[in-house]
Amino acid sequence: MKLAGLLLLVAGWAIVVAAVALLPSAGARAAFVLAGIAVELFGLALAVRAHLVLQAEGE
Amino acid sequence: MTPFVAPSLLTLSEVSALFCLLLILLVPFAGAGLALINSGLGRSRSAAHTMLAALCVTAVAAVVYVGVGFAWQGAAGRPDRVLLVAGKAWGWIAAEPFFLRGLRLDLSPAALVVLLQMFSVGLAGLIPLSSGADRWRLGAICASTALLAGWTYPLFAHWVWGGGWLAQLGANCGLGRGFVDGGGSSTIQVVGGVTALSITWILGPRRGKFSAEGMPAALPGHNVVLVLLGCVFAWIGWTALNSAGAMLFLGVEPGRVVLIAVNTTLCAAASGLTAAVVTRVRFGRPDASLSANGWIAGLVASSAAAAFLKPAAAMIVGGVAGILVVSVADFLEFRLAVDDPGGAVSVHAVGGLWGVLAVALLADTAGPGGQWLAQLVGIATLLGFVLPLSYGLNWLLDRVYRQRVEREGELRGMDLFELGAGAYPEFDIHGDEFLQR
Repeated sequence: MKLAGLLLLVAGWAIVVAAVALLPSAGARAAFVLAGIAVELFGLALAVRAHLVLQAEGE
Repeated sequence: MTPFVAPSLLTLSEVSALFCLLLILLVPFAGAGLALINSGLGRSRSAAHTMLAALCVTAVAAVVYVGVGFAWQGAAGRPDRVLLVAGKAWGWIAAEPFFLRGLRLDLSPAALVVLLQMFSVGLAGLIPLSSGADRWRLGAICASTALLAGWTYPLFAHWVWGGGWLAQLGANCGLGRGFVDGGGSSTIQVVGGVTALSITWILGPRRGKFSAEGMPAALPGHNVVLVLLGCVFAWIGWTALNSAGAMLFLGVEPGRVVLIAVNTTLCAAASGLTAAVVTRVRFGRPDASLSANGWIAGLVASSAAAAFLKPAAAMIVGGVAGILVVSVADFLEFRLAVDDPGGAVSVHAVGGLWGVLAVALLADTAGPGGQWLAQLVGIATLLGFVLPLSYGLNWLLDRVYRQRVEREGELRGMDLFELGAGAYPEFDIHGDEFLQR
């Protein structure tokens, strides 16, 4: 689950980079950057949750 | 305010270069401050280990950065490799030779950048030390620092300070002036902060930190006087860092150093005071450690925008940093079970992210619109690229060379276990008798 969270972080960043490099319209670019950051936050939450579960299992 | 010119190839007069050199020579005070804070917030039986580790981190960072780091980072206007996307050139990594070959080390801007970065990368390496206190092996600390100084830091620093794609967001996409960070809120502080988070995840909490029910025990720092003295040293170093960084990376004139020093001080002052007030309200008394963390968080948050803030705005930046550092430190410990003895994640990662955002919200960069989007792209890169990269590299390192000390090392203390002698041989060192079983 932690790996999935980290992959989502990278996926969100890829959306942001693609939006900046490829989209000509300012509005669309901003929307996709925000969407990418939302994906990153979801990935971060997943990674944190996975860490909590792993730590509880370790104890 | 005078608009700045993001330099493609900076030129400095000899007097300006000398002034910049003097500022850079004060930057190691920031490292000394962080080392004292890390040691004071750790336990007495690991104090010598923490200070030696700080020296080793500074040494490894300087050697590795000069060896390979600068080759990846470079400086604006110097050779780099570009990707052509949709007809636009995006710099992604520098193309300098290893070991500074061919670079004249004089008062040229590139030579000053090398000197400043040798100190800055050491500063970034000191940040994870506090999160791994009392359980991180010295050999692993050195190896992890080599990864940071040789790869993670230079790559991101090239994107921001070396004329890379984040700096080009203004020219290529019309996003304000491109990503702006004069003193390293992102390149030094957040990069160090997310590395600290990776280290806490990989090492796990200190033995006895959390009960079986997940409740954290208080493991207070052993010397708050060292912590508060460290704050004063850090203040001197940070003022110099913010000033030299703004001159070299944003091209501000030397006269603006006064404004930068005023803003840096106000930011730290507001943040430290806010943290003291928040802890006074929450706990009945101001907490010295958290107030010191508030002071440092203010310095961290000031770095990105100190050259472009009005003094009142600097106080707002500091005030918010002070609230954030106390709230996030609690949240990380009580809700997310992150054992971060020195508060590196809340101070450096969160404080730095806030500093980067403050450029868009409060700074007067006198550029075209879209600055907020450039800053958000920078934040997205820190979370979506630097954090996974740092975690992945340290996870791989842990596979080949275990980073956490053995159980005996934690019980005896890092000083006796790894160094064979304690920092305070004439005094009794407290054991674990007060911990939850």
